[in-house]
Amino acid sequence: MPSPPTAGPRRAVPAERERVIETRGLTKTYRGGQLAVDGLDLAVPRGSVFGFLGPNGSGKTTTIRMLMGLIEPTAGSARVLGEPMPGAGRRVLPKVGALIEGPALYGFLSGRGNLLRFDAADPTADPRTRAERVGQALERVGLAAAAGKKARAYSLGMKQRLGLAAALLQPRELLVLDEPTNGLDPQGMREIRALVRELAADGTTVFLSSHLLDEIEQVCTHAAVMARGRLVVQGTVADLSATVLGSSGGGRLAVTTPDTADAARVLKEHGVTDLDVTGERVTGNLPVPASAAPPAADGPALDLADLNAALVRAGVRVRGFGAARASLEDVFVQLTGEGFDVAG
Amino acid sequence: MSQAEAPESEVPGTDSPPRRSPRRWSLGLLRSEIGTTFRRWRTLALLAVLAGVPVLVGIAVKIETGHGGASGGSGGGEGGPAFISQVTNNGLFLVFTSLAVTLPFFLPMAIGVIAGDSLAGEANAGTLRYLLVAPAGRTRLLLVKYATTLTFCLVATLVVACSALATGALLFPLGKVTLLSGTSISLGEGLLRALVIACVVALSLTGLAAVGLFLSTLTTSGVAAMATTVGLLITVQILDTIPQLHAIQPYLFPHYWLSFADLLRDPVYWDQLQKDLGLQALYVAVFGSAAWARFTTRDITA
Ligand SMILES: Nc1ncnc2c1ncn2[C@@H]1O[C@H](COP(=O)(O)OP(=O)(O)OP(=O)(O)O)[C@@H](O)[C@H]1O
Ligand SMILES: [Mg+2]
Repeated sequence: MPSPPTAGPRRAVPAERERVIETRGLTKTYRGGQLAVDGLDLAVPRGSVFGFLGPNGSGKTTTIRMLMGLIEPTAGSARVLGEPMPGAGRRVLPKVGALIEGPALYGFLSGRGNLLRFDAADPTADPRTRAERVGQALERVGLAAAAGKKARAYSLGMKQRLGLAAALLQPRELLVLDEPTNGLDPQGMREIRALVRELAADGTTVFLSSHLLDEIEQVCTHAAVMARGRLVVQGTVADLSATVLGSSGGGRLAVTTPDTADAARVLKEHGVTDLDVTGERVTGNLPVPASAAPPAADGPALDLADLNAALVRAGVRVRGFGAARASLEDVFVQLTGEGFDVAG
Repeated sequence: MSQAEAPESEVPGTDSPPRRSPRRWSLGLLRSEIGTTFRRWRTLALLAVLAGVPVLVGIAVKIETGHGGASGGSGGGEGGPAFISQVTNNGLFLVFTSLAVTLPFFLPMAIGVIAGDSLAGEANAGTLRYLLVAPAGRTRLLLVKYATTLTFCLVATLVVACSALATGALLFPLGKVTLLSGTSISLGEGLLRALVIACVVALSLTGLAAVGLFLSTLTTSGVAAMATTVGLLITVQILDTIPQLHAIQPYLFPHYWLSFADLLRDPVYWDQLQKDLGLQALYVAVFGSAAWARFTTRDITA
């Protein structure tokens, strides 16, 4: 597993300053009575790469719109970079780059023209460095060669890249990206992931909504899961797997051996649960590390190497031995249900 | 299972580099808006149509007098737009004729398109949300949009006037201008009056521009806002011609539009002109405030 980005040592900072986004009971009922977000308490720590997950229609975009001051909450409050939104938008938003519900461009302007216009809309942006910053942003998303083309002639992925470039026109403290890799080719996705890591390493907090759990798992340090407008869970990605998947949170162990009965006995003695023997394969849930959750089995968390050694000591002939970690997808499905249909 | 707990705090961020403090009235956005508007094909097409009207009128007058022979015979001006009978004697009158021809519909329709599309078009394209998170600021954006529409009013009027002047100079003689009151002024002073009249015409359109801007804040469809503005204009123009409605007519924004002709008298009749400009100011105040109240509180979901 690739290690998540970290941006420096732990330091004691007052909690309010540490929260880049903080909402209290944030609620939005759209005109027409649709309850889209219901009592959301979100806390995004500074420096994190925060994955915001949820099925279609669970209220992610609605939350982002409230955070950006585009819509007024029906109840509750939101603070971004320590200041209340939408009230402090003038001071907060120049320090925030955003991609909300996909890119939106002026088709009759070139890619460069679009960025020049969005930059001109920011009163804090220095017009003297505008051309230079636009050029850098285009470079950064790999659009330099297509910068002169009319945006209406851009492909979906090119539009998405241009939208990202608009979010990167200035150094930002917070990037809010609503499904940033939508429509991108595999190289594009890789580049975006690399970009997010790079930005995070520079200290930018990235708030990222996506359906690609794999992607979230690869880049995010923290995650929150929404379902039907409510927050189901939030925390570090590691904690999520552990708490949500409970006994299987440590991952699933698989041992291939001709001596299945002995192997099962030894594994059971070492706290592996839910054992299953099929043919020459023994599988079972590893106990959760003590730090993450209350241990499911008695005894301390165990090292896989020790477990293997114990098997061999007991005369079990081991052909294959490996553990598969629980994926975020498992967490997601467990939390939001298997159903395919969108909630009404 | 303890769910929905706050995540652990970690990793303090580096402080961002110093920025320019926001200048309240920086003109960057206005410049960008005006540049963008006047580079659009649609704007250029509208201006081209407006420039074409005086050319058509000039040619029509030329052909008509070529066949009829006698110039200035009908005199009264009842048989066509204002001043048309004077055009053959003095090309400068084509400016006044063209403004009188375009003011009832062509000019305001063009304004309706630009004003109606101003915010609704951005909402339709989704670019409005990106302007607002930039952050353009809602009040600032509204003012910029209105200022751009006003700029278009002036440019459109000047395009009509200049095209008329060029056509008039090409097809007809230019010379001393005989005013409606019978006195003569030099060509230079005539040109000056033409310029003042163009400005008054542009100012006469500010009320409609405010109405269009307000309608534009109500919807996320640029076409709907444009159509509503233009439809409203036509309705009001019709109401203004129904004699039974004379009680409300002084409050209709186009009612005093053609009073610009009073600038061609010596001395100038100010009465109707003042009423016209006062009425426009009233419309700008009412619909401008309504647009502001609506736009600053609206949910931007498009
Ligand atoms: N403008 C709107 N007016 C009324 N209801 C809306 C509006 N926008 C969204 N909704 C409703 O609010 C709920 C949440 O929508 P939202 O767009 O926030 O979901 P989402 O989590 O972003 O979904 P997706 O993953 O599909 O992007 C949905 O039930 C949706 O129907
Ligand atoms: Mg969404």
